[in-house]
Amino acid sequence: MVLVVTGSFIGSFGAVLLKAGAGRLSRSIQSVITNWQLGVGVFAYGLSSVFFVLANTKGELTILYPLVSLGYLWTLLWARMFFHEPLTKFKFLGIGLILVGVFFLKLSSG
Amino acid sequence: MSTSTLTASLTEESDARRRRALLLVFFCTLIGAVSQILIKTGATVLARQVAHPGLISAATGMFTNPWLFSGYALYGVSAVLMVLALRDGELSLLYPVIALTYVWVALLSFVLFHESVGTLKMASIGLIVAGVAVLGRKGAR
Repeated sequence: MVLVVTGSFIGSFGAVLLKAGAGRLSRSIQSVITNWQLGVGVFAYGLSSVFFVLANTKGELTILYPLVSLGYLWTLLWARMFFHEPLTKFKFLGIGLILVGVFFLKLSSG
Repeated sequence: MSTSTLTASLTEESDARRRRALLLVFFCTLIGAVSQILIKTGATVLARQVAHPGLISAATGMFTNPWLFSGYALYGVSAVLMVLALRDGELSLLYPVIALTYVWVALLSFVLFHESVGTLKMASIGLIVAGVAVLGRKGAR
């Protein structure tokens, strides 16, 4: 449980760093190379999948795997906190549907 | 140009950028799904060649196994598309849309590997598609 929740947490934070890094991009190669947010973002993304694989092999119950969908809740929180994105009714509805869908999809594939 | 027409054209421009961002993520999920299928196939092939595939054989396989190589290359492409999309669009809107990847993977697995799609899986896919459709609406932005 700890592994899956940590994985979803790290993964969602990776997305935040990718967005922060993307905002600093320009046409110069320098803006890509010196962009630590992008680097750490990609790393965090990869790290989260390592956590999911570990969770699988370390015998965390597959019934807990649907907790991957928690990542959507974290991201919503970060988007509000770091980028001050408005959270509309439609966003809650859309994300809620996706969250439930991913939850049951993970449950069905184990 | 008056202030109101200027504001109107600015909103129009940012609307176009947001639409483009959503379209980019859409392609990102398609490419990401193909990459996952390739990596999965590569891993199966690798497991048949190597008795106990560990970290080292997995790492070298990224370059020597054509399935894995093309899979990871496509993964890179999808990541670049994602970054470009995030530059112009909202995180809270684009990140959930990545869930479409699951839908394509299930669809491709069904077509290519004849994996079964049960009722629960079908319903889940329906929910994800509905969610993306809601987010794609203008009102959600």
